[in-house]
Amino acid sequence: MYFKLVFKNIFRHRLRSLLTIVGLVVAILAFGLLQTVVHAWYAGADMASTTRLITRNATSLVFPIPIYYRERIKAVDGVKAVAVSNWFGGIYKDQSFGNFFPQFAVDHDIWFDLYPEFRTRPDELLAWKKDRSGAMVGRQLADQHGFKVGDVIALKGAIFPGTWEFTVRGIFEPRDDTTITRQMYFHWDYLNERMKQLFPKRAEYAGLFIVQIADPGRAAEISRTIDREFKNSLAETLTETEKAFQLGFVAQTETIVMAVRIVSFVVIVIIFAVVANTMAMTARERMAEYATLKALGFGPGFVAGLIGGESVMITVLGGLLGILATFPVAAVFKSLLGSMFPVFQVAPGTVAMQAAAAVGVGVLAGLAPAIRAGRVKIVDGLRYIG
Amino acid sequence: MTASPTRAPPPEGAGEAGGAIRPIVAIAHLSKSYRRGDQVVPVLRDITLDIPPGDFIALMGPSGSGKSTLLNLIAGIDKPDAGELRVDGEDITRLAEAELADWRAAHVGFVFQFYNLMPVLDAFENVELPLLLTSLGKRDRRERVETALALVGLSDRMDHYPNELSGGQQQRVAIARAFITDPTIIVADEPTGDLDRKSAEDILGLLRRLNSEMGKTVIMVTHDRHAVESARHVTHLEKGELVAGDGEKVT
Repeated sequence: MYFKLVFKNIFRHRLRSLLTIVGLVVAILAFGLLQTVVHAWYAGADMASTTRLITRNATSLVFPIPIYYRERIKAVDGVKAVAVSNWFGGIYKDQSFGNFFPQFAVDHDIWFDLYPEFRTRPDELLAWKKDRSGAMVGRQLADQHGFKVGDVIALKGAIFPGTWEFTVRGIFEPRDDTTITRQMYFHWDYLNERMKQLFPKRAEYAGLFIVQIADPGRAAEISRTIDREFKNSLAETLTETEKAFQLGFVAQTETIVMAVRIVSFVVIVIIFAVVANTMAMTARERMAEYATLKALGFGPGFVAGLIGGESVMITVLGGLLGILATFPVAAVFKSLLGSMFPVFQVAPGTVAMQAAAAVGVGVLAGLAPAIRAGRVKIVDGLRYIG
Repeated sequence: MTASPTRAPPPEGAGEAGGAIRPIVAIAHLSKSYRRGDQVVPVLRDITLDIPPGDFIALMGPSGSGKSTLLNLIAGIDKPDAGELRVDGEDITRLAEAELADWRAAHVGFVFQFYNLMPVLDAFENVELPLLLTSLGKRDRRERVETALALVGLSDRMDHYPNELSGGQQQRVAIARAFITDPTIIVADEPTGDLDRKSAEDILGLLRRLNSEMGKTVIMVTHDRHAVESARHVTHLEKGELVAGDGEKVT
């Protein structure tokens, strides 16, 4: 009977309940999307490996470090492998945001050994390694621009002048949905050769080194050893974990992320106020019924449970619909903002937060009216005209 | 009808123990006042009244005389400031809220002026409500509810919701709900106040039957002179005190 009463009460004022539920759907959906945006912002850090360190110029990322550092880093105890990586910054077609994608000059012989999250075909990888001007493009990038194996990608150098042509030799696939494959890799040797010819002073430099270590527990110690190795040199280094390095980028836009995060919670606060108002009105209208139930012998807990249960049931219903709507809407967002957020997927944690928000709103919004209904004096309640 | 005694004479057939009849409701020096801001407004003053088992008593009086307050106290939905109030031998003024709720469920049947049915439940479910607080199983509850609704002439309206019933029919559902648990007393607050003459007569007829055929003690607050005629005894209140039928204060 309790559930029957709660369920039937929900639909007594159909329009009011419908509008409240629609509000909840929109709020939970907006909360989920905004949380997904925040999550997408941290996608790079999320896919970071604990066995990879980044060594860069201590002054700033824009200053390169000599290539010969590679061998000295390799000699540090605990280091398994070292690969160079250079941001290229070439312009594809034009400078529009839609045509932007990251390109890196890397150590082609070991690069994909360091990144097991990228899946390659052996024949394509071999072809890439053999072709000095060959490129490997990620699946997302290939799909975005329609790149196929054998295509030639022409880039206009912004940091490294000239027109650069790369032949697509392979397409690497992501290991899972959190892996970003919206970038292109090509041979650092190819870049260095051209630099030697055109700007000899800029040759034999690396943007940064990816350092593979055997034991993640020794990351801090190895980082300190590497940096000590280059102390008081022309280019002092800063070594940190890949996650810390990625979070450094996110920190530059931390204010935006914080604003998005705050807005997502403000949405929940607003819907809480809406539901609380609905439940307060509902409880006020039914005070005579609650008094009648108490007169018949039902306890305050039962009466409070009616309004509390109704509140939670409404928000659970709205929350459930909101969560279900999040997935298709997020897919549409991804198709529209794919170039901005290479990883835009609703995480299980986000769904859990949406569910918690829905239940939390239901409990809190129903709390005060439920307590009031439970405490109503029968003689006062019976006189109540809602 | 008879005037208002402080000790109502027993109805025919009322039980006796050793020659003395134990009242089903025994009120002694009962007082009740309400606070209105800083002011204390006395509503009932030193009420002493015995109601014998099986009685049908009407409480009459002008608005504000305290008759509904007295009914609320007898029904255990309000608490007095002073005095003693025993129902079937139990001093209900000493019961805690939770105990009082259980006591009401077992001993009191309510009939309100505006029926006070749950609008989202049909007639069957409304009558079944008080039985949910008992240990009866579903089948027993069904049997009892069907019998009760048959007694009030609503067997064919069991699945009707309150808004699909007339005022008189709703009050009949409320009466079925009131006696479904076989309570010690039935309290009715202006049960005909919202009904036309014909429906009112039907309701009073039902209350008379509950009293005469089932032996239920009925305590009714009313303004209605016709309703009073259904009662065995009439008690008048004025300004919170019991008075004789002609308005003279009972001492």
